[in-house]
Amino acid sequence: MTAASPDLLLSARGVTKRFGGLLAVSNVDFDIPRGSIVSLIGPNGAGKTTFFNMITGLYTPSDGSITFDGKTLQGRNGGGKFVLSKPHEVVRAGIGRTFQNIRLFGNMTALENVLVGLHHTLKGHWWEAVYRPKSLLREEERALARARELLGLMRLGKRENDYARNLPYGDQRRLEIARALATDCKLLLLDEPTAGMNPNETLELTAFVRGLRDRLNVTILLIEHDMKVVMGISERVTVLDHGEKIAEGTPQEVRANPQVIEAYLGRGAAGHG
Amino acid sequence: MNLGALLGRRRRQLVFLAVLVGILIAFRPSIPIWGGCTDNLNVCLNVVSIGLFQGMIVALIAIGYTLVYGILQLINFANGDVFMLGSVITLIGVEVAGLTSDSSAGSILIVFALLLPFTMVVTALLNASIERVIYRPLRRAPTVATLIAAIGMSFILQNIGILLNGPSPVSLPSLLPKDNVIGQGGLFEFGALEIKTSHIFVVLVTLPLLIGLSWFVRSTRQGKAMRATAQDRDAAGLMGIDVNRTISLTFLIAGALAGGAGLVVALYNGQAWWFYGTPFGLLAFTAAVFGGIGNLAGATLGGIVLGILISLNAYYIDTRWQDIIVFGILVLVLVFRPTGLLAAKLSERA
Amino acid sequence: MTAQNMPSGGRLRMAGFRERLADPKSQVPILVVLIVIAVLYAAFYNDLRQGVLRPIFEALPFPSTNVLIVMCYYGILALGLNIVVGFAGLLDLGYVAFYVFGAYTTAFLASPLHDLHVPWWIVVWVAVGIAALAGVLLGAPTLRLRGDYLAIVTLGFGQILPVLARNLDNINVDIGPIHLVDFNLTGGNIGVNPMDPPILPIAGPWGDELIFSNSNPVAAFYLVLVLLLLSFAICVRLRDSRLGRAWMAIREDETAAASMGINTVSTKLLAFGLGASFSGFTGAFFGAYSTAIFPESFNFAVSISILIMIVLGGMGSLRGVVLGAFVIRYLSDALLPYLGSFVDEPIRGLGNALPDIPILTQRLQEFHLTSYNFLLYGLILILMMLYRPEGLLPVATRKAELHGLGISEEVSLGTSDEVAEAATDEAAELQEIDLDEGLEPTTGEPKQPGAGP
Repeated sequence: MTAASPDLLLSARGVTKRFGGLLAVSNVDFDIPRGSIVSLIGPNGAGKTTFFNMITGLYTPSDGSITFDGKTLQGRNGGGKFVLSKPHEVVRAGIGRTFQNIRLFGNMTALENVLVGLHHTLKGHWWEAVYRPKSLLREEERALARARELLGLMRLGKRENDYARNLPYGDQRRLEIARALATDCKLLLLDEPTAGMNPNETLELTAFVRGLRDRLNVTILLIEHDMKVVMGISERVTVLDHGEKIAEGTPQEVRANPQVIEAYLGRGAAGHG
Repeated sequence: MNLGALLGRRRRQLVFLAVLVGILIAFRPSIPIWGGCTDNLNVCLNVVSIGLFQGMIVALIAIGYTLVYGILQLINFANGDVFMLGSVITLIGVEVAGLTSDSSAGSILIVFALLLPFTMVVTALLNASIERVIYRPLRRAPTVATLIAAIGMSFILQNIGILLNGPSPVSLPSLLPKDNVIGQGGLFEFGALEIKTSHIFVVLVTLPLLIGLSWFVRSTRQGKAMRATAQDRDAAGLMGIDVNRTISLTFLIAGALAGGAGLVVALYNGQAWWFYGTPFGLLAFTAAVFGGIGNLAGATLGGIVLGILISLNAYYIDTRWQDIIVFGILVLVLVFRPTGLLAAKLSERA
Repeated sequence: MTAQNMPSGGRLRMAGFRERLADPKSQVPILVVLIVIAVLYAAFYNDLRQGVLRPIFEALPFPSTNVLIVMCYYGILALGLNIVVGFAGLLDLGYVAFYVFGAYTTAFLASPLHDLHVPWWIVVWVAVGIAALAGVLLGAPTLRLRGDYLAIVTLGFGQILPVLARNLDNINVDIGPIHLVDFNLTGGNIGVNPMDPPILPIAGPWGDELIFSNSNPVAAFYLVLVLLLLSFAICVRLRDSRLGRAWMAIREDETAAASMGINTVSTKLLAFGLGASFSGFTGAFFGAYSTAIFPESFNFAVSISILIMIVLGGMGSLRGVVLGAFVIRYLSDALLPYLGSFVDEPIRGLGNALPDIPILTQRLQEFHLTSYNFLLYGLILILMMLYRPEGLLPVATRKAELHGLGISEEVSLGTSDEVAEAATDEAAELQEIDLDEGLEPTTGEPKQPGAGP
């Protein structure tokens, strides 16, 4: 499969990130087939979130390229030009994300948080906000409806007027996902979405994630530590350790891979599975 | 064809330098400061030396800013006004001691010897109390809150200055002899260089303070504690360092230095004014940022460089552009090189 | 406690026009009443002062029409700074820089300085435009800077601009097509005096023309009141719009905001530009009303006093910052002089009676309450930060945020229980899977009460 193949939604080649002397991510090749659910796992500090951040433009890759939906996001494109997409440009291209440590807008309500996610899908100009033409009002109504729809989907309908910082932890995680979905993304990056959740919530979220892909056609990339989740819904698993890709394949294959076992057990990292 | 790609980075720098030197030589007379200076090197040297001494005073205040910023990430707006109070206290001290321009050199020296530590102790305690009462409760609050409180404190100190010193500048009797130490009538001559007793006085006060501080931060336990706390407050606390005490110590030192600078300025300029804190404070802060905020050597270097620049501007251009030059430098440094000139050393120093 | 059952002081920051109407039902009548009172007060102020109510007027510190005018145009300035600091969270310590642009644009276009006499009604919009442009230009360098550095750069600009205003009366430039000799841009140290006030060619009891300047304070007051209400309305609309949400998101967490598709560069520049544009209104009004501008009026103290107003009133709260402006100006211009008239004399007398204690006696003899203005400001700033950082009329969330109100335990568990049960069923429906099959049995255990995160 080549980077231009329509089968691949995201394609990363030789992606590397250096922080001064520290090599956080080293020459990683990574593909996400359209419509799949893929997991990225590895011990703490393996470079998973750094890799995420390079996809979304928060970090600039030191080397390599990342292509999304046929367009180069970061790195050298087909014409030889060097492209660096800023975070908001990445979102507009169709990638949404959640964060490892929840980064909601705490002093805004759940509804407002989701409305922010809808920001780039709305076309109203700021000056129209002053005199409020019908077209703007209609767009805002549609935005409200859509936001409520997303909140309902995440079972947060009753909480739409609660300030995000007051929400219980599980609700906050789900709100983050609702907000990310609001960006109308084709690819959703979930950074440890079940961290801190109890088994019931984890179960529900896992099922939900699969539903997202099945019903909304969203391709999913997960960073996860919870092996049950990884094994349960991933179609493909990629393992990073010390910034390098050490294994890739189906969940079963990866689980049995001796290098992976060593990477985890060798440092005593917790595996739930 | 990309010319830049052809030449290596090193070569580009050399070309740039050569062009710069070429301009400096070719247009020499019409370039401000440079033209005037190269016309009459003797005068220029004196202007620079005056700037150097003034710069040392600025450095003392700048160190106060940089120490506090290093340890708390706070721009202590009130630091300049603590300096101002130092000069006011000096003035009061001189009045109380009844010194006049006719007083004997001996009595003047004795009064100074007492007044300097006294002023420094008072300003040190003042600064530390401000931290204890106002800034410490705000440590958990967003940094904006402490910044605003510092601005508020600055106003209060200015008003205390008005209370103590009145709204207009007040002159001290001129206590520093005006004779040359180096130059005509002095100990020896060195070209046309003129260094007066007042200049020596500045050096005699500021240099030991600067050296003493440097030694303190580098070699003593408390100094190391300060550096550790500046790097990572929580880790320092976990290692057994009393963070609160270390921060208080930092404020004590910053206050003492500001007070010392206040005494020097009061005697050197012969004036104390409640408004002094603002221009000196902003100048000192610019110096601290210029040299690399959080970096002691940077603050000193910045102070001296800015002092010289101000002096050159006052002589060769016009004092009315001084604010623009100072703030212009501040803005340019913060926008283009926020870590300052001596950025490389930031990791090693407090 | 949700926003819906918060006291009416809280507001619903909703997107749609209909939602917006729902909340201020109680607020609009109050506003109308206040405006009516203000209008009548200004109209009859002189009569009241000299008529029957004279003793009351002399006994109590009622603000004069001039003071009301100052209160109003600082209200506009406060609204402007609020956009930058309160909405977008960009700490600007040099707002006076934009004010300089607004005022001097007006001076340039409507005064004898260059014999340009563009009608004020046009000039004001030019001033707004130039101020907005200044906002964008001066804001641009700060975009990548962190909070305190941003503050210092804006402070720097706030110092540089007034110096330029004071010194650009003698520009000599001879580059290419630009040939300026002794060009006076700003009037220099002496300022621009006189300036043309706004004029409406309507005859009435005031003469042939209606002039809105300090010669006719009532008319000027009505004008500035209209400007204030207009500014307030614009701010309300902006706050409740997509842009307002983007500003708030940036204030909360800039990285997350960018990661949700917000172009932080353009959004921040809009904050600076729009925030600065209000100083265009004010600069135009101020110059015209005073019929003269002097560079001394533009200094750091102005920037800081506007900041104090929004700190006092509540950053981000529109009613709050206007209230803050009113309170601060009232204190400085009406209350302190009033109190001074009572305490100055006795204190000075005390000073004269005392023996000659160094410092103390002299201060007492010269005592003037109004010169301790900034002491008051400093105390306000510090006390507010220590005890009520959210301001007097805060935005509902700030109070909770700053006083550490957190999650209630019961709410947390209760919700997780309900949601988990309902959700599990619904999720199963949604995914059309049988929960007992797709995953390992160990995960299907029911949650024990109290075992939540």
